[in-house]
Amino acid sequence: MNVLDMQGVNVTLGDTAVLDAISMHVCSGEFVSILGPSGAGKSTIFRLLTGALRQDQGTITCNAEPLAQNQQGFAFMPQRDALMPWLRILENLTLGLEVQGMNRNAARARVLPLLDDFGLAGFERHYPAQLSGGMRQRAALLRTIVQARPVQLLDEPFGALDALTRTHMQTWFEERWRAARWTTLLVTHDVREAVALSDRIYVLSRRPAHVIAEVTVPAPRPRLGQPVGPEAHALEAHLLNILLNQSGDAI
Amino acid sequence: MQNPLPRHPGGGLARGLPAVLSVLSAFAIWEIYVYLSGISPLMLPAPSRVLDQMVLNRDMLWSNTVPTLKATFAGFSLSLTVAFGLSVVLDFMPRVRQALFPIFVVSQTLPLVAIAPLVVLWFGFDLTPKVLLVALVTFFPMLVALVDGYASTDPEIEDLLRSMGASRVVVFRRARLPSAMPYFFAGLRISITYAVVAAIFAEYVGARAGLGIVILNAKNSFRPDLVLAAVVISSVLTLMLFAITALLQRFVLRWRDVGDSR
Repeated sequence: MNVLDMQGVNVTLGDTAVLDAISMHVCSGEFVSILGPSGAGKSTIFRLLTGALRQDQGTITCNAEPLAQNQQGFAFMPQRDALMPWLRILENLTLGLEVQGMNRNAARARVLPLLDDFGLAGFERHYPAQLSGGMRQRAALLRTIVQARPVQLLDEPFGALDALTRTHMQTWFEERWRAARWTTLLVTHDVREAVALSDRIYVLSRRPAHVIAEVTVPAPRPRLGQPVGPEAHALEAHLLNILLNQSGDAI
Repeated sequence: MQNPLPRHPGGGLARGLPAVLSVLSAFAIWEIYVYLSGISPLMLPAPSRVLDQMVLNRDMLWSNTVPTLKATFAGFSLSLTVAFGLSVVLDFMPRVRQALFPIFVVSQTLPLVAIAPLVVLWFGFDLTPKVLLVALVTFFPMLVALVDGYASTDPEIEDLLRSMGASRVVVFRRARLPSAMPYFFAGLRISITYAVVAAIFAEYVGARAGLGIVILNAKNSFRPDLVLAAVVISSVLTLMLFAITALLQRFVLRWRDVGDSR
């Protein structure tokens, strides 16, 4: 069943058409990526889903309810970790739960058992500045996951990391995802990342963004931590070709 | 997040040592000059004489320090409260900010020399005009620091909070207010150094007692040693207030003192 369903969504900001008849869906337990050139409007889709923006036309539903009535559908992880530097890691992790009205102790009880899986055990009293980039990103991810919302929205979560840390994090993340199967919508402009992590990929055009391709990734999991298989390799080339042919050098 | 301001001020005896030595040697040169030149203490008293006079006149000096301290604390508390309250209002109402901010800027262009006698004229010789003048002088740096500090909030953190369902008030309390704290302390340190000086100036213009009155009387009776004694006390008061804000800052902003130990 579709947890998220967008039908014919148009958004115009000022005089600029940003989204043009976007239709996409995410099923329960599915990992879907939105792949597109920089500035295509990928983040605009997240702004719609987190309620920061309203569409001009079209419908968005979460668990079959219109978005306006269900703002609790999505947990959002921004591009940079957005950890609050003045809060300790544990306080950062419980933030989402506390904002939703859970008391501090209950929120901690929810977070503490997960620290180990996210490689943060022993660091709950540290401030974000004391952690490495990879750890901060894992903390940001845990802060997202622990909210237990139906869909996780990840906005280029590994984009700000150095190449080595990024590869580590992607491998680690795939492993975690295979265990937990969070329903996930990932925004990225990294073809390899999209292929490595996704069940399905939507390719967006340049502005005004519309869906120019929807592909299912057939490659078996786990896909990371080993040489790229031939299906994945062919798909990467295919997607890159689509992107390059429609957007010039804008990637 | 990049912090635009230096970490907590001071720190460590070793770092304070050069400052202490330079101040001490300045006094030593002054003392030696007075001794060798034989200049009259009515012109330039030696530091040792100022110190002697402070001890001799300690009761008089203390009874005049208390009103100055009262005016400083009352004025500063008033200004802190108003600056904070107003900064919140301005943050929630951008229209009001646009309307009122120019007035606050203008309030800072008024010369204290002109305003102080008027305020004394309107409010008399009691505590009120001093409190108002201290508040007027110290209010603006704190207000500007807070307003700028709120605006410095990382937009991604605000987006994140809103995605969690946070209201404007929650965003303010959890993101904008903590983001403003480093700026606020920068403003506070500027304000606090003006506070004692403003109180003394207000007394100088018209009061029954206070360090400003000590300075006025000592000047009129050709006692530069007592003028300087009052100056020493005023400096010590300012330094003490500065130290208190530094301690407070170290506590409130302790998250900034952790190293980037990656």
